[in-house]
Amino acid sequence: MTRLSAVLAAASVALALNLPGAHAEETVTRFEAPGDGGELVIASVTDLDFMRPLIAAFQELRPGVSLTYIEDTSNNLDAIVSRACDEGRFLADLVISSSIAQQVRLVNSGCAREIDSPVLATLPSWAQWRGELIGLTYEPAVMVYNKAALAKDGPPHSRFDLIDLMRQSGELNTRIATYDIEDSGLGYLFAFQDSSEASTWGRLIEGFGRNSVATFCCSSEIIDRVADGRAYIGYNVLGSYARSRAARDDRIGVVLPTDYTLVLARAGYIPREARNAEAARAFLELVLSPRGRAILDGDTHLLTPLSGPDALNRMTDSDGEAPALRPIPLSPALLVSLDRAKRARFLTQWRKSVTPPTP
Amino acid sequence: MSDAPFGPQAFPSRSIAWRLTLLLTLLLTIAAAATLAAALSYGQTAATRAFDRLLTGAALQIAERISVEDGETVVDIPLSAFGLLSLAAEDRIFYRVIGPDGSTLTGDESFPLPDRAKAQSGSVLYDTTFSGEPVRAIRMQRFLAERAVRGPITVVVAQTLRARSELANEIVARAVIGVVIAGALTLTLALLAMYLALSPLRRIERAILARDPLDLTPLSTTTPREVEALVSAINRFMARLDRRVSAMQDFVADAAHQMRTPITALRAQTELAMEEEDPRKLRALQRRIRDRAIGVSRLTDQLLSHALVTHRADAVTLEWLDLRRVAVEAEREARRTGGAEAVALDLPADPVMVTGDAFSLREAARNLITNALAHGKPPVTLGVRVTAAETAVIAARDCGPGMSPRQIERIGERFARDASNPQSAGLGLAIVAEVAEFHQGAVRAGAAAEGGFEVGIEMPLAPAGPAAPSDKGDAS
Repeated sequence: MTRLSAVLAAASVALALNLPGAHAEETVTRFEAPGDGGELVIASVTDLDFMRPLIAAFQELRPGVSLTYIEDTSNNLDAIVSRACDEGRFLADLVISSSIAQQVRLVNSGCAREIDSPVLATLPSWAQWRGELIGLTYEPAVMVYNKAALAKDGPPHSRFDLIDLMRQSGELNTRIATYDIEDSGLGYLFAFQDSSEASTWGRLIEGFGRNSVATFCCSSEIIDRVADGRAYIGYNVLGSYARSRAARDDRIGVVLPTDYTLVLARAGYIPREARNAEAARAFLELVLSPRGRAILDGDTHLLTPLSGPDALNRMTDSDGEAPALRPIPLSPALLVSLDRAKRARFLTQWRKSVTPPTP
Repeated sequence: MSDAPFGPQAFPSRSIAWRLTLLLTLLLTIAAAATLAAALSYGQTAATRAFDRLLTGAALQIAERISVEDGETVVDIPLSAFGLLSLAAEDRIFYRVIGPDGSTLTGDESFPLPDRAKAQSGSVLYDTTFSGEPVRAIRMQRFLAERAVRGPITVVVAQTLRARSELANEIVARAVIGVVIAGALTLTLALLAMYLALSPLRRIERAILARDPLDLTPLSTTTPREVEALVSAINRFMARLDRRVSAMQDFVADAAHQMRTPITALRAQTELAMEEEDPRKLRALQRRIRDRAIGVSRLTDQLLSHALVTHRADAVTLEWLDLRRVAVEAEREARRTGGAEAVALDLPADPVMVTGDAFSLREAARNLITNALAHGKPPVTLGVRVTAAETAVIAARDCGPGMSPRQIERIGERFARDASNPQSAGLGLAIVAEVAEFHQGAVRAGAAAEGGFEVGIEMPLAPAGPAAPSDKGDAS
């Protein structure tokens, strides 16, 4: 088996169509297989590097199946997947995305087909919807902080701590980074959930405004800023990125807020027009199998809905308090956040409170 | 003789248990089908009502959050509305909010509205299809009366039917389980009850099988009323068998006794004759031997006749016959066997119909003739007539002095012969009496109206039978 995977690794030709530009372009990577077992096309927003071990494991399991991996930003992916669904056109056999509200919308519009796999029964009910959409990861929304900058008082452990910190000192002025929720689907989702989860949201954005919060498109940029000290605290950063970065970079620390920690499960569904639904199902089953869980629980820190709670509950803070994990359920309630009128009102409120960043 | 054809497996399809089982199963199936149909309709109604409330609730919540701000209609979809709809966890949700001018403010612009015919103001629940799936929708209207915006705001909320059909199926499934359990239980209990109810039959069967073949006493097992007729038929049959067996035993005993005496006498006389030297005495002995032989012959004849008549009394079904024909045949037969040349017939012009056994009646008539010839004085007449009391009589008349009252009294006793007459076997009138009894009649003996002495059978006339008496019927 190891020899086979070696052969496969050699055979997997990366057709990286990396076009110049920061982040807004589509990348197609093809993993050729020696046999003629068909092709599996995955469209995803997840960084390919995170996915490589899973793809290798899959091709070990199905040596004949070639795999094409389309990677794009969530907004672009949503747009092309949505258009393909409307036109009844094939795009991919499996769509995996962290913008779960869009995923729910696509499934709600009838773009998905029944997965019909025994793994559905093992998943908690919040991590699946209609048997068509399933949660694959378990990624908390965390705060990252610069250890050096906050060495004196230690990092905030909850939103209350953060609010207090923002009110008390001018130290955090322009030193807070978070998502630009108008640009980032994930940032909007976390913000929207925050607003419906607790009353701290109002005070939080007021504090953001007062401290001239800096907003960014992506987790990695926020983490970069926190790491080099331009920002002290990054709010609502995707835990998987933060934790794998923190493992490599000891300038930053990760906090799971103890008041509540939102948890996102990247969701995958098999489109109605899938050509190789069987392979897509096998891929989903692999992700949630012991083998897949071992990969996702590893360096990527993506975790799975099955293994995530245990792994995160071990991450107690300095007071020994465990995070209050609040997974965002895959349910049609997420559609509210996508409502045109609702979104417009929410963004207006955001804009009023938060002064646009001056980079 | 094999008794296989009478075994219980001969006609399994006619088994009472089988019929009852079949009927019960049929009834239960009908009842179950009716229950299930009711459950199906109830399940659907219940599910529809329950989830229609969710839809209504969600629409109300959305409608409530429509307001006018700065001259513009603002729709703030509440999370709780979707939370409510998410109670049907697996269903897709669609919504659409339409402003007074007909433009879609938010939601799915293409979601269909109810038919115009049904589109009254207020709430309308309707079924339609959207995005490739059947959905249940509610259309609710709210009237805005602000300075800037006036008119109806239409809220449409819809949901696919998965949870509804799941609930309906669950209700039906429970009903099915209930019906199946109840049905199985009922059937089991019914079969048990049937087993218990039919146990007397098995008890009777065992009682009959356990019996000694010679034991012909009535069955004494207690029997339920339904099979009493059957058991009493069995008992009647056994009584008849018992009578037959004992009659046969009596006959064998009688015959042995009756035959032994004359044959012993015959032997003695033959031996005497062999030693007799005197031709005159020898001749006298020879005559006596001949008389004895005739007597034995007649005895044999009558014994067999008696046995036959007795047998027929129990075994033969009675038929509709003309007594005149019996007389004619008896006379002809008597003439053929000899000694009856002098018998005359006295028959009425009209048929005399009785129900009876032609053979037995003919034997009786022949014995009447023989009796008259043996004991009375010629001329002998065999007559048939209908009496004033609507009975039929067949009788032999002779011109002799007749029998003494003591003799008349003894008619019917076997071997009540005249000791002085060695030719008489004493069975003739016993046969007649037996036949009379078997035909619900009686032996009549006495002076005849025409003079002379008469012995005969008086028996009931046949009740009005078929219009024209058939001659073929009794031409045996």
